[in-house]
Amino acid sequence: MENPYLPYPVRIDRIITETEDRNLKTFRFVFSDPANEEGFSYTPGQFAELSIPGRGEIPIGIASSPTEKGFVMFTVNKVGLVSKYLHNMKEGDIMGIRGPLGNWYPWEEMEGKNVVIIGGGFAFTTLRSSIIYMLQPENRSRFKDISVVYGARSPGMLLYKDELAEWEKRDDIDMHITVDGTDDPDWKYNVGFVPTITEQKITSADNAIAIVCGPPVMIKFTQPVLEKLGFPPDRIIFSLEMRMKCGIGICGRCNIGDKYVCKDGPVFSLAQLKQMPPEY
Amino acid sequence: MTEKVFTKEEWTKALKGLSDAYRVFVPVKDGDFHVFKPLDEGKRPDFDFQNTRLSPKSTVYPRSERMFEYTVDENDPEANTLTESEKDYSPQAIVGIRPCDAHAFQIVKLNFDNPEYRDPWWVQHFESTTLVGLGCNEPSSTCFCTQVGGGPFNEKGLDALFYDLEESYLVRGLTEKGEEFLKKVKGGTEADDAEKKKAEELALSAPKKIDVRVPTDKLKEKVQTELFEAPFWEDVAFACLNCGTCTYLCPTCWCFDIQDEVLDKEGDRIRNWDSCMFPLFTLHGSGHNPRDKKVQRVRQRFMHKLKYYVDKYGDGVQCSGCGRCVRYCPVNIDIRQVCELMNNYG
Repeated sequence: MENPYLPYPVRIDRIITETEDRNLKTFRFVFSDPANEEGFSYTPGQFAELSIPGRGEIPIGIASSPTEKGFVMFTVNKVGLVSKYLHNMKEGDIMGIRGPLGNWYPWEEMEGKNVVIIGGGFAFTTLRSSIIYMLQPENRSRFKDISVVYGARSPGMLLYKDELAEWEKRDDIDMHITVDGTDDPDWKYNVGFVPTITEQKITSADNAIAIVCGPPVMIKFTQPVLEKLGFPPDRIIFSLEMRMKCGIGICGRCNIGDKYVCKDGPVFSLAQLKQMPPEY
Repeated sequence: MTEKVFTKEEWTKALKGLSDAYRVFVPVKDGDFHVFKPLDEGKRPDFDFQNTRLSPKSTVYPRSERMFEYTVDENDPEANTLTESEKDYSPQAIVGIRPCDAHAFQIVKLNFDNPEYRDPWWVQHFESTTLVGLGCNEPSSTCFCTQVGGGPFNEKGLDALFYDLEESYLVRGLTEKGEEFLKKVKGGTEADDAEKKKAEELALSAPKKIDVRVPTDKLKEKVQTELFEAPFWEDVAFACLNCGTCTYLCPTCWCFDIQDEVLDKEGDRIRNWDSCMFPLFTLHGSGHNPRDKKVQRVRQRFMHKLKYYVDKYGDGVQCSGCGRCVRYCPVNIDIRQVCELMNNYG
């Protein structure tokens, strides 16, 4: 009988320290059995359980794009037992990943629309996946204008700095990188909180859909900005976090009302959230 | 349909004779309470009980269950690779299960065996289990099965049902699994009309002894967010100690935790029953906790059973009316009253 709790064995292929406080590292995994890569067929917005024998599992958004072949990638904040242990593991170490899990961003609905991506702090992972995915030559024409507002506390806390710099140079994506504050005189991007920069840079909700991923305080203040811009609730999309165990809607802890964040989410529109108890 | 009658002595003897075919679980007196235990050497079933303190859910869904095994010994080429723990899925029979507890397995099945995912351990344990129920001649004061889609002689979810006719038992096969079980039970005589009539009378009179009314008819039409914000939750939760007794005794509570345990170099991934009464249940790694207050956790328990489940499956409440949580709650929180509050709100 198929076992949805059994992870695929993977090898840590590469570890990149992303932020100046060294609390965020990106892990690239390669499947021990190449055939498993096909079984792990995913869509941007989904997550997986990173499984470390002897420590446990943690649900983490998939940061790589399905268009990137040969590996899957996750960026992990050092917070708990499993993530702390993972941060001390080495390239070449064997562990597991279980998934892909959950739903994804509404790609069908996004086709033919302007896409506004709003991210804050370390919640930029599945947004990176989405940007890489949309910028692929075979996908780019399916979407109209792509705008990105991405903020972090300081320049050194931004994720994927090389890629951000590359996207800045392109003319088929409109980048608005911001930091809460900096004393770097050479900082050439914005200074200000994500909601403020969103209000300044995003001028229209016409034929647009907004994908928002960030800490609760950022979400709280960005939502009214988007509503003021004229985004209807079904075109404001959030990705939620919750303590999870099984990842498949069975173990019972990650519910909001009758929805499980692990299976019915993690992606919900504001329209959906308005029908659900505010318990997240 | 097989209908046989056994004297009480014969029935116990016949059950003992099943050891080659089944692992037989029966209610056994243990101190002041009854509990389901394997009918091993020296054990004597005691069918003169109202219900066991713990439901028999652990026979299908153990309190603690090995999922995977592994070694963390770096010298082993298989280090850090999980393999499924071996399980014993040989047939088992739960003899004397009350109809409410059998109904509970049907309620829980929707969670563990759904169109998207099948929990391999629950499903295989359940499939290897035959449920032989004992109807309730004298429901207790905390019973309310009749109010939530069941009854003292309800056959829902049972493979066979036996009736206590004072001097003897009348046993009826209800499913293929139940008929298979009865084929293996030695002895007994075909039930005669008088015995069948007596059984029918019991089945008719017992439900009338449950006179509590627990309305559930309007739960479905309530708006989830409105019920969530109802003013009575603080009152309902006021006395609660968050001890979790209700969730552990409940035959329809299914939540579990997953933990890794390593001894020396050998590790297990284990799942354990968990409880929404505990703050750790929903504590994020970041420290954020969407249910860090007692009232939120108490509300979650009742909303899950009496509203979220109703909305999700459209198949009644997540409660079989066994009354254990009412009976054993140290501060007398009564799900029957909470259900009425919810049903009549607004």
